[in-house]
Amino acid sequence: MGIKKKKAQPVYDRPGDAATSQVFKKGNTVTKASFFVFGLGNLMNRQIGRGLFFLALEIAYFIYLFTFGISALGDFITLGTAQQGEVYNAALGIYEYSAGDDSMLCLLYGVITLVLTAAIVFLGCMSGKSAYCTQVRKEKGKHIPTFKDDIKSLKEENLHAFLLAFPIFGIVCFTIVPLIFMILIAFTSYDHEHQPPGNLFSWVGLDNFKAMFSQGSKLAGTFWPVLSWTLIWAVFATVSCFILGMLLALLINRKGTRAKGFWRFMFVLSVAVPQFVTLLSMRTIFNANGPVNVLLREFGIIGATESIPFFTNALYAKITIICINIWIGVPFTMLSTTGILQNIPAELYEAAKIDGASAATIFRKITLPYMLFVMTPNLITSFTGNINNFNVIFLLSGGGPDSMDYYYAGKTDLLVTWLYRLTITQKDYNLGAVIGILVFIILATLSLITYRRTGAYKDEGAFQ
Amino acid sequence: MKTKRFIVNTACHILLAVLSVIWILPILYVILTSFRAESGSYKSYIWPRGFTLDNYINLFHGNSNINFTRWFTNTLVIAIFSTILSAFFVLCVSYVMSRLRFKMRKKFMNIALILGMFPGFMSMIAVYYILKGLGLLETGVLKQVALVLVYSGGAGLGFYMAKGFFDTIPKSIDEAAYIDGATKWDTFVRITIPLSKPIITYTLITAFMGPWVDYIFAKVIMGNDSQYYTIAIGLWTMLEQEFVEYYYTQFYAGCVMISIPISILFLLTQKCYVEGVSGAVKG
Repeated sequence: MGIKKKKAQPVYDRPGDAATSQVFKKGNTVTKASFFVFGLGNLMNRQIGRGLFFLALEIAYFIYLFTFGISALGDFITLGTAQQGEVYNAALGIYEYSAGDDSMLCLLYGVITLVLTAAIVFLGCMSGKSAYCTQVRKEKGKHIPTFKDDIKSLKEENLHAFLLAFPIFGIVCFTIVPLIFMILIAFTSYDHEHQPPGNLFSWVGLDNFKAMFSQGSKLAGTFWPVLSWTLIWAVFATVSCFILGMLLALLINRKGTRAKGFWRFMFVLSVAVPQFVTLLSMRTIFNANGPVNVLLREFGIIGATESIPFFTNALYAKITIICINIWIGVPFTMLSTTGILQNIPAELYEAAKIDGASAATIFRKITLPYMLFVMTPNLITSFTGNINNFNVIFLLSGGGPDSMDYYYAGKTDLLVTWLYRLTITQKDYNLGAVIGILVFIILATLSLITYRRTGAYKDEGAFQ
Repeated sequence: MKTKRFIVNTACHILLAVLSVIWILPILYVILTSFRAESGSYKSYIWPRGFTLDNYINLFHGNSNINFTRWFTNTLVIAIFSTILSAFFVLCVSYVMSRLRFKMRKKFMNIALILGMFPGFMSMIAVYYILKGLGLLETGVLKQVALVLVYSGGAGLGFYMAKGFFDTIPKSIDEAAYIDGATKWDTFVRITIPLSKPIITYTLITAFMGPWVDYIFAKVIMGNDSQYYTIAIGLWTMLEQEFVEYYYTQFYAGCVMISIPISILFLLTQKCYVEGVSGAVKG
């Protein structure tokens, strides 16, 4: 590729890369003004392309704000005032619906406006910093990057901005905005009695959270049992799959085992089948008249007309689900641990053997610690994944057997499947949002503590 | 000593055999039932009394309710587009996080971690209304575009796996390229990407599998537009109370039909999967 001159003269050493407040203090008038008139500093110094880019975005934002944004923000505060009503049309002799405010849309547009505003504030800071950079460069008599340089820098110094732009845009649109929206819904009265566009809902503060935790209410009586089952499920599902999967991998990888590829294939086959197919088939297999019960009847373990209530008895359902999850999860763990097991330095094993260690000791002192070190982030992800494991529960038992003591939940419902029922079936969006937030709080506390402790997070460059 | 080893080995093989039977039996049952001649749902026996190919044939010459071919192509198209988009997102983000150092890096990683902790479909309702606001829920085709966006939009957050892989590529390779005058972009495209075939395949497969497996989002977005259903909703419909008696065996035929391509794909790339998990440059 040859040596280019650019390496020797870095255009982008960012002389004025300081905190925003610092920039505002040190900058000259033009720089300060650039915080409000975007791109001013750039335009004054012949960085036309960059300056116009900033300016155009600012103008676009203000056009949006004055045509639509301000009223959207007003509606966001009130969540709509005019309820949809019936107006008697004397000429036609019928009742007509008068269009009211749609609280849902008020909230949504409000959130979008707020996000856009945050983006424009961020852009303002960038504009100020950019102006300051140019100012410092000019004072030092350095080369001021042209628009062409800017474009070029996207391949080098600003590659991160270039590569991240699209993914971040996607994340903002499809993850962040909806999340903010749903978090806000937790503080409104958007339940089955307040459905827009027919009815308005309004801000209610912490009422939903209070209802969820108030002593003796049906909601609290549902929340705590569902939460405890969720945690029990997540622990059992994660630990069982990890331990058994690793043992299986060891069993297949041990020296004496013949036809390793064949055995691996037998187990991988179940991973290869799409998960919802296995789950739906498992549901029919364990049905009251499904093949498992048929087999048990034929072997005379249960009577000819009896059936074991795999999904209709609460305790049985829980055990069945955990077992089926083992069936699904173990091959996955086996697959991902096989590679890591092969990476354990052979010297360690040889040394242990020379020292006369038994197989059990070797497993306890070498294999397990090594695996735990490598797999901890993986374990945490699968634990959080299990807390949110919607598919297994929903497709297997659908949360059932239902319970009259619960508020629209079944005995095997996880918090997420309960959330699903509350929102999709029951249309209590506010309660659903509250549960979503609670799930988040649980996960965040659990994993931030453990994740920060793992080696993989602390020194990610250890193997580079 | 020799006999002891023999006993242990035999025991291990027997154990493996028993376990594989447990793992194979349900799959076998699915295949058997898909060829069963007797219609109706649950039977008091397991081995079918007669075998037939009708279940498969009916699947493709189905009536208005069951349009398997259509569902299959729907899912395939959605899967291909969302795979391309999300693989692009994932690779970009993970390379940036692994190799480039900039101010917001740690912050971005923490935010990604936090966002990953919210239950995925908590935001589903909001996504639904956003798509509606964008006018993407007007016609069936637009709904499919919407579904592609939903599947790939937030994909950038799932960068951990690929980032871990990029982390194992020695930095010295990159530095050698810089000395030769390569820009960072060149290094990404010409050095990192070719070295990362396993993880790229892994990313592609996981993204590709998503639409085949997802039920909820597809259901919420498609509603009752059964023409535009993906496979997962379609098959689920076949098991509903009013259909199960008619379509029980066809359901299994459908399961086999979609499991075959996905399994082949999966088995072909299993090697990449294992390599992807265990790192780039060996030794």
